[in-house]
Amino acid sequence: MTELQAGQDGEALSAPRTEARTQRARYLDVSIALVAFAVLAMLPLFFSSKALLDFVIRCSAFGLFATSLNLLVGYTGMISFGHGMFFGLGAYGYGLIMQRTGVPIPVAFVGTLLITAVVAAVIGAICVRLKEIYFAFVTLAFQMLIHSTILSWTSLTGGDQGLRGGIPRPIFLGIDLANHVHLYVMSCALLVLGLLLMRQIAQSPFGYTLRMIRDNATRASFIGIDVWRARLTIFVLAALFASTGGILMALFVSGAYPEFAYWTISGEGIFINMLGGVTTFLGPMVGTVLLLILNDTVTRLTEYYGIVLGIVILFFAIGLRKGLMDFVVEWYAQRRHDAGERG
Amino acid sequence: MAARRNGCFPVDLDALTGCLASPACLVTQTTSGLIIGMLLFLVAVGLTLIFGVLKVVNFSHGAFYMFGAYFAMTAYQFTGSFALAMLCGAAGTALLGLVFERVFMSRVYGADVLMQLLVCYAFVLIFDDVVRMVWGPEFKSMGMPAAFQVMPLLIAGGVVPPYYLLLIGVALTMAVILGLGLSRTRIGKVIRAAAHNPGMVSALGINTGLIYGGVFALGGMLAGLAGALAAPVRSLTPGMGFSVLIESFIVTVIGGMGSILGALIAALLIGLIRSFGSLGFPLFTEGLMYLFMVIVLVARPTGLFGKEVA
Repeated sequence: MTELQAGQDGEALSAPRTEARTQRARYLDVSIALVAFAVLAMLPLFFSSKALLDFVIRCSAFGLFATSLNLLVGYTGMISFGHGMFFGLGAYGYGLIMQRTGVPIPVAFVGTLLITAVVAAVIGAICVRLKEIYFAFVTLAFQMLIHSTILSWTSLTGGDQGLRGGIPRPIFLGIDLANHVHLYVMSCALLVLGLLLMRQIAQSPFGYTLRMIRDNATRASFIGIDVWRARLTIFVLAALFASTGGILMALFVSGAYPEFAYWTISGEGIFINMLGGVTTFLGPMVGTVLLLILNDTVTRLTEYYGIVLGIVILFFAIGLRKGLMDFVVEWYAQRRHDAGERG
Repeated sequence: MAARRNGCFPVDLDALTGCLASPACLVTQTTSGLIIGMLLFLVAVGLTLIFGVLKVVNFSHGAFYMFGAYFAMTAYQFTGSFALAMLCGAAGTALLGLVFERVFMSRVYGADVLMQLLVCYAFVLIFDDVVRMVWGPEFKSMGMPAAFQVMPLLIAGGVVPPYYLLLIGVALTMAVILGLGLSRTRIGKVIRAAAHNPGMVSALGINTGLIYGGVFALGGMLAGLAGALAAPVRSLTPGMGFSVLIESFIVTVIGGMGSILGALIAALLIGLIRSFGSLGFPLFTEGLMYLFMVIVLVARPTGLFGKEVA
């Protein structure tokens, strides 16, 4: 069910039934998440291919990042061109904490999220009041500021070489992340949990406040919504999930590189959202899988990756004018509508 | 962001104060700041014009700068004439801009900003790869034309290559022509009217498609001219447009979107920040620009000379 339909159905129902319905929808989300996790976690039992597991891990990292960006772009109408900075921040924060302090992994995880929250709150406080195109470019400038800080602070970050020498992966709670299968299951768990949490945010009353701000910020503020605070809240929340994606990436490659904080990560995030579609919750996830497959195939076939990717983007932006999931959902709705008229 | 006061962060304030005390160094740094600023102005003013009239943020504007440089280099290698090289750089990118606007950008007017950014993002990727295909991925250099291989001028003990003066002169001339052209001529008035109310302009029997194409071509030409002027003093590489693009965005945002005077002043400020910042903060020069932009935006969200726009 798309969010649009859910919203329309919800309005038509009386309050208690809506309550029951959202409750039921929540159980449905949780069960879908559990089934998805079970299927993903059982994959290594049937397929021993390391490449496949690597692919799913990369999908988890970028999927979390892209879906969190959709909370801003699709749900709130805030086109951030610097969301990748939190991806990079997650990777560097986690890598540095692990390399320098030797605390257990969960502590480093929480510590990284705390740092991200503080940085995102400061940057967000400056950015979220700006109008769309200014917001896009000021976030981009902050991204470049963080990128050039990483490049220039060589003694801390290793400069353009990145964080090298590997990130230690001590065993905690019997989980050994140096083991490939453990790492795989862990990233699947983080992905599913992250998606579930973001879904809850999107479907909550706060999530509908965000949609309202996207559609008409002035009206939202007239009926007493603190637009600035709501935007800042979602900016920080989205940053946390993007940072989680960055942590996963750092765990996967056992390092952190300046490219993780470069603007192209943000550009790819926007493109993933476009590719998959911003009107459905899982659109960005579909986009992530598509882009990674495209990426892997094209780089194998030609060195001119940019031309191929560019043409695909043009096809979606000018030809289709919407993402794949949007297209599928609309096509399905149209078909159901036609069938209803006929019969 | 956090804890920048860490002692190992590279800061060399002695070099900066030392330079400020010496007239020779002051002259050298100011001229190098001026040429950075002037090149940026040429790119940024095209960006700001296109935004002002078409309400489109041309994210692929850096590619025009890049093409201008490559066109100029090729023309110079074939003809050996510096003037022809400049002409080729400017005319080639003007044509490219016209085609790009009519064939692709005109399809996404009125679509949301995301769509416009994506079309441009696609062309950033495509153009970079086209340059890589045609000219190769390695660094290229056009070389200083023979006419300018003369003794550098000495001003207060500071060395100023004559080519720098030409570059500054050309950019300033363009600024004056643009400023007067937009405010005094009929075409300029039509362009300003189209920026204000395209529907009314087209109802008066003026072809707005032609104006849009023309403004885009003009913007592309200015960026291409900047690239051509930069070709003798910078190295050419695919992707060279992107850093220029980001900097000219900073310039337009600081100066105020749509303001030519704002672009000029902001470009010169950024140029000076870059040239003097490279002495005091050798590794954090770029960071200084972003910091400056953030400070301006916090104080004035529409930029120094920007009007309140929707």
